[in-house]
Amino acid sequence: MDDLRVVTRDIDTHATKISAKNVQVYYGETHAIKDVNVEIKEHTVTAFIGPSGCGKSTFLRSINRMNDTIDICRVEGDILIDGQDIYDRNIDPVQLRARVGMVFQKPNPFPKSIYDNVAYGPKIHGLARTKAELDEIVEKSLRRGAIWDEVKDRLHAPGTGLSGGQQQRLCIARAVATEPDVLLMDEPCSALDPIATAQVEELIDQLRESYTVVIVTHSMQQAARVSQKTAFFHLGSLVEYGNTDEIFTNPKDSRTESYISGRIG
Amino acid sequence: MTDISHGSAPQTTIDKVQASLARRHRKQYILQGFGIVAISIAFLMLFILLWSQIATGYKAFMQTNITLEVFVDPEEVDAGKLPRGNFDDVLVAALLPYLPNVDASSRADVRTASGIFSNGAQFYLRNRIVEDPSLIGQTITMRVPVSDPYDQLYKELVDRDTPENLRRLDNTQISNFDQLYEAGVITSRLNTALITNADSRFPELAGLKGALLGSFWALLTCFLIAFPLGIGAAVYLEEFAPKNKLSDFIEVNINNLAAVPSVVFGLLALAVFIGWFGMPRSVPFVGGLTLALMTMPTIIIATRAALKAVPPSIREAALGVGASKQQVVFGHVVPLAMPGILTGTIIGLAQALGETAPLLLIGMNAFITSAPGSPFDSSTALPTQIFIWADSPERGFVSRTSAAILVLLTFLIAMNAIAIYLRSKFERKW
Repeated sequence: MDDLRVVTRDIDTHATKISAKNVQVYYGETHAIKDVNVEIKEHTVTAFIGPSGCGKSTFLRSINRMNDTIDICRVEGDILIDGQDIYDRNIDPVQLRARVGMVFQKPNPFPKSIYDNVAYGPKIHGLARTKAELDEIVEKSLRRGAIWDEVKDRLHAPGTGLSGGQQQRLCIARAVATEPDVLLMDEPCSALDPIATAQVEELIDQLRESYTVVIVTHSMQQAARVSQKTAFFHLGSLVEYGNTDEIFTNPKDSRTESYISGRIG
Repeated sequence: MTDISHGSAPQTTIDKVQASLARRHRKQYILQGFGIVAISIAFLMLFILLWSQIATGYKAFMQTNITLEVFVDPEEVDAGKLPRGNFDDVLVAALLPYLPNVDASSRADVRTASGIFSNGAQFYLRNRIVEDPSLIGQTITMRVPVSDPYDQLYKELVDRDTPENLRRLDNTQISNFDQLYEAGVITSRLNTALITNADSRFPELAGLKGALLGSFWALLTCFLIAFPLGIGAAVYLEEFAPKNKLSDFIEVNINNLAAVPSVVFGLLALAVFIGWFGMPRSVPFVGGLTLALMTMPTIIIATRAALKAVPPSIREAALGVGASKQQVVFGHVVPLAMPGILTGTIIGLAQALGETAPLLLIGMNAFITSAPGSPFDSSTALPTQIFIWADSPERGFVSRTSAAILVLLTFLIAMNAIAIYLRSKFERKW
């Protein structure tokens, strides 16, 4: 926590990576996300916090168009990554998702070998021309996922045989294997024990160097530990967005204060 | 509190729970009792079925034979005229030395004596000699089946105390048989003809080869058509089709189709395949098409259930790294659903194997004495063969019907066992 201020100072120099303008999300008749405007900085960990059902996961899933798979879901407004509208007709969600990786709440490795889990993305996008290149990508990704040393001797063992924390780091390695710019994490530690959580949090901090990380979390402590920017969502609206230390020490909105002090949520 | 106002002893929550406990336990015991009774009845029925079929059928797995030293007389069998020849007389000539009471000059006596040979016996001899004409003029050992009444006699299915005029075999025939038995030329062996022969009017020659091959070709056709079509339909409906009134309507109708009586499919096949398209009757290919109509809804339903059972987290994982919808479905969901799909398919095929009514309607109950060499040759199928044999008057077909049922049941049990094995082997814990 001590170095948080130091970090905070230099993040403001970062450019905007993701910018959302008047974003509305509807599930059928339900208005799930109301008028969200946010600018997410690059090489920063941004945490979305808020009570259950506040729409933070829904908004996260709009950033890589995972909501497209839900028939009744409708997104309005603009979400720009590097200034490009991702809901533009010319953008293929498949291409988008190669640039915007995602890690899910429950570790979900494919029931295949560790190697195949990581190699799957590069393979379908044709990122490696030779086996050697693929091997290199797999090793690099597993190192980024901070799991290489644990699995390097059993790359062809099933990924589902790993422990929960290892599985989640494998999923992170799988997500970074396609060289995305942005990593979305939907409560990545909620199914993990405290030790595995600590490992994954440490990893998230390292990932900031190479990626723009957006993390949804239920745990305010986690948001405080890993993020530089925090957005507080309540009832589908973005209530407050700012530097993490300010949100936690000096919230401007009374609802943020109530949530942080444990009165709502 | 109300208890107190009514004047009864004060009750705590524990007391109230205690009071209702006996009733609740009793309900559970009654329910369990019903379950056990139901299972016991089911087992009893299964046992009765199997026991009755085995008790009558096991005798058909043995066949009574007669073994003779046959001198292939060149005067009766001319190498130049093969395959024609008096093979019958050659056999009788080998038989008579064992029966001193038979007057060789009396045609009636000789005919009575030769009745012990199966009608097919001369053909066994003929085939052997046609294969190797050098046997003419030599003495060879021939083992040929005895005809059905004598087979029944050996298996003690003919009651010797029945008055002679009511018996299939008269006293002379029985004494002839006994003499042969004393001489040690009558033996009982495993009835391989049951598998290696096709159908015949004579029980001792009748076998299931035609029916087995007919069922095989029909099931192969059924599988090749119903499996890809069924999976294709299920994958489209489950993964790609928009969820609207039309897809609901299709779903309802697929479920209805699975419940349509099989005889209706038979009539449909008769009208469409044979009537309109002019396909031949009695052929396993048409049988397979008919069974495919029946099996497809089963496969579609099983496949959709298996696809639904693949957890959404796997789809999300694949979508999340940028797989297209088609890559998600065919790279992840379908392979993971495959054990369930295969289980459903095997159970559907097992149903099709036992299906009789539609095959009767397309003529697969014809009397055909040669096994089909391809799906386009006329043949019967296992269940229709059982139907034909059950309808035949000869005594020997009674046990052969049961034997054929046992063969059919063996195949059904084997197929279901494979389905269970696949399910347990590939079952995943998520």
